[in-house]
Amino acid sequence: MNFLNAVVVGFKEIWAHKFRSVLTMLGIILGVSSLVGMSALVKGMENGMKEALVAIGGLEKVRLDENDIPAYQRYMADQAVGCTMNDVYALQKSAPLIRMVTPEMRMRDVTITRNGKYFNPFVFVGTWPNALEMNQHVVEYGRMFNEIDDEMARNVCVIGTETRDALWGTPEDLGYELNPVGQRITIKHQPFTIIGMFQHYESERERKVRELAKEKPVEPVRTNSPARSKGWGKRGSSYVYTLKNSTVYIPLNTMWVKFRSTAGSNNIPDARLSALSVKVADVETLEQAIQQAHNVLMHTHKGIEDFAFQTQEDWAENINRAIRNARISGGIIAAISLLVGGIGIMNIMLASITERIREIGIRKAIGASFMDIFIQILVESVVIAIIGGAAGLLTSLGLVRLLGVLSPTDNTPQITVNALLIAFAFSVGVGILAGLVPAFKAARLDPIQALRYE
Amino acid sequence: MALIEVRNVSKIYHLGGEEIRALDDLSLDIDGGEFIAIIGPSGSGKSTLMHILGCLDSPSKGTIRLDGTMIEKATPHQLSRIRNQKIGFVFQFFNLLPKLNVLQNVELPMIYSGLSGRERRERSMQALKLVGLENRANHRPMQISGGQQQRVAIARALVNNPKIIFADEPTGNLDSNTGDAILELFRQLSREGRTIALVTHDPEIAAVTPRRIEIRDGKIARQVDARLAGLDRQPRLANPLTQAT
Repeated sequence: MNFLNAVVVGFKEIWAHKFRSVLTMLGIILGVSSLVGMSALVKGMENGMKEALVAIGGLEKVRLDENDIPAYQRYMADQAVGCTMNDVYALQKSAPLIRMVTPEMRMRDVTITRNGKYFNPFVFVGTWPNALEMNQHVVEYGRMFNEIDDEMARNVCVIGTETRDALWGTPEDLGYELNPVGQRITIKHQPFTIIGMFQHYESERERKVRELAKEKPVEPVRTNSPARSKGWGKRGSSYVYTLKNSTVYIPLNTMWVKFRSTAGSNNIPDARLSALSVKVADVETLEQAIQQAHNVLMHTHKGIEDFAFQTQEDWAENINRAIRNARISGGIIAAISLLVGGIGIMNIMLASITERIREIGIRKAIGASFMDIFIQILVESVVIAIIGGAAGLLTSLGLVRLLGVLSPTDNTPQITVNALLIAFAFSVGVGILAGLVPAFKAARLDPIQALRYE
Repeated sequence: MALIEVRNVSKIYHLGGEEIRALDDLSLDIDGGEFIAIIGPSGSGKSTLMHILGCLDSPSKGTIRLDGTMIEKATPHQLSRIRNQKIGFVFQFFNLLPKLNVLQNVELPMIYSGLSGRERRERSMQALKLVGLENRANHRPMQISGGQQQRVAIARALVNNPKIIFADEPTGNLDSNTGDAILELFRQLSREGRTIALVTHDPEIAAVTPRRIEIRDGKIARQVDARLAGLDRQPRLANPLTQAT
């Protein structure tokens, strides 16, 4: 019997028991669609995490922080210079693998006030204009300060939306998007002019929440108790974006002249930078670039290793690990349901061959060999699995859409071609595995016994 | 050389430690073109003999040569080829597949011999014409009478042009009139030169064949050969025995 004939016979057999076959396929359909749905969810998660990774500056950004001096250099601790502008100029001149250097002078516990309202920005740094590109900021209103603002140490600042929201109110509260450019605020008792505001950074998920909320009529929340600060995680938004939104940048020289030069211990101004961000020319040569920067900095630091590089690779690795875990656990659950579908097929094929013992006997008596019967039963089981798998792919499209509708605030699940192919291949594999035992049992039947079977 | 040569064949079953000799040192020749009846009461071993001759079963001892092939040495796959190409079976309960129509039932052996769809159709229609059922090709087995079902089974047995046809109680499930018609069909096929072995317990049915072998307790109890007595109603010019008389 050739293969095509076996397929035709398989289809006829399935068609003869439509209801039973559909029930059997249901297991495979559910298994395949849960496999595809699972992978689409994980893919959506991955997209959200990658988005967050880009928001904090991408892989090519490397931060240089102060670090504990290694034990063998401890005796030179009082010689350590820390990160200074010397490092910045040295890196610009001598480290060609590094494309961009941004110094950061940070100040903590800063309070911004205006009209009796106050705000504590998470990031309050004096920096260069190129911080805009370094940290992937986008100015929505006004402009970033420029070299002249920096040179003249002007009292200008560029703020994130959190500052605006705290001092004037969120767009949701006000009912319109307020443009704070040109407004005066007070930072640590110094008057500052806002010359620019970044756009509102949010994950895909937050954007969806906001859009959904926009469609609903606004209901003002009335509370009798005083408003309480809810910390950095307010509005349920993710940490990375909230931090980015509560950024306030001022020119580096302004920071130095207006704040730092008077704030050192023992009245000695502290000229050290709190951090230094560099961008490598190419992620491929990240290792070499860091090595190069390290060599340069060892000179400017008098050979004392009081600094460390923080790459985003750990972050990326964490993302990959989380994705891998989600994929494995989701895959196992979906594979189990597919396995259950396969057991359903095997069960029904076993019942079917018991029902057809006589038919198998007749077929053997008129010349069907072991392989003929084996292939016939196997093909039948595979045909069920293939139809079920194809139907499962179709339902998975619906399932993924349903998931998107059920939780519109989550990352959009995304179906990949790979997931479809793998799920389909799995269903076919399960069909083959499930058919092996029944096919073997059927093919091994003794024709005389089978013919006598009633 | 005979079509089938059976030499000292025994078939031994073991049932609960007890040894049952279904066939006991049996030897037999069947020539091409013969019409032969194997008779015996139930339990005599005639069905076992037919199963062994029909390559459904293998002997415990002895040798069988079918059309030049030693079948006790053949692999299961070779046996299935032999059943497919050289042997046709007609059973008491017809054994048609109820899900297939008459034509598809007749086509079945050719599916396993790998013929093309068109050739299968042509040869099946020919075989159906031979048994007079060409206008029932699209009926289901359940929609036609028992006698017609048996004719379909005979068409199926014929369709691959086998060397020998085994018929196991072919009239056992039919009333006497239809049974006679089926026997007449076998006689007609025999006249056309086919080799047919009829297995039955009924001496009356066996009476239509020129040669009868009676089996008792796994041994040949009696052989009657009408040709030897010159009583053969069907002169067979090719048979040296008939030429001698």
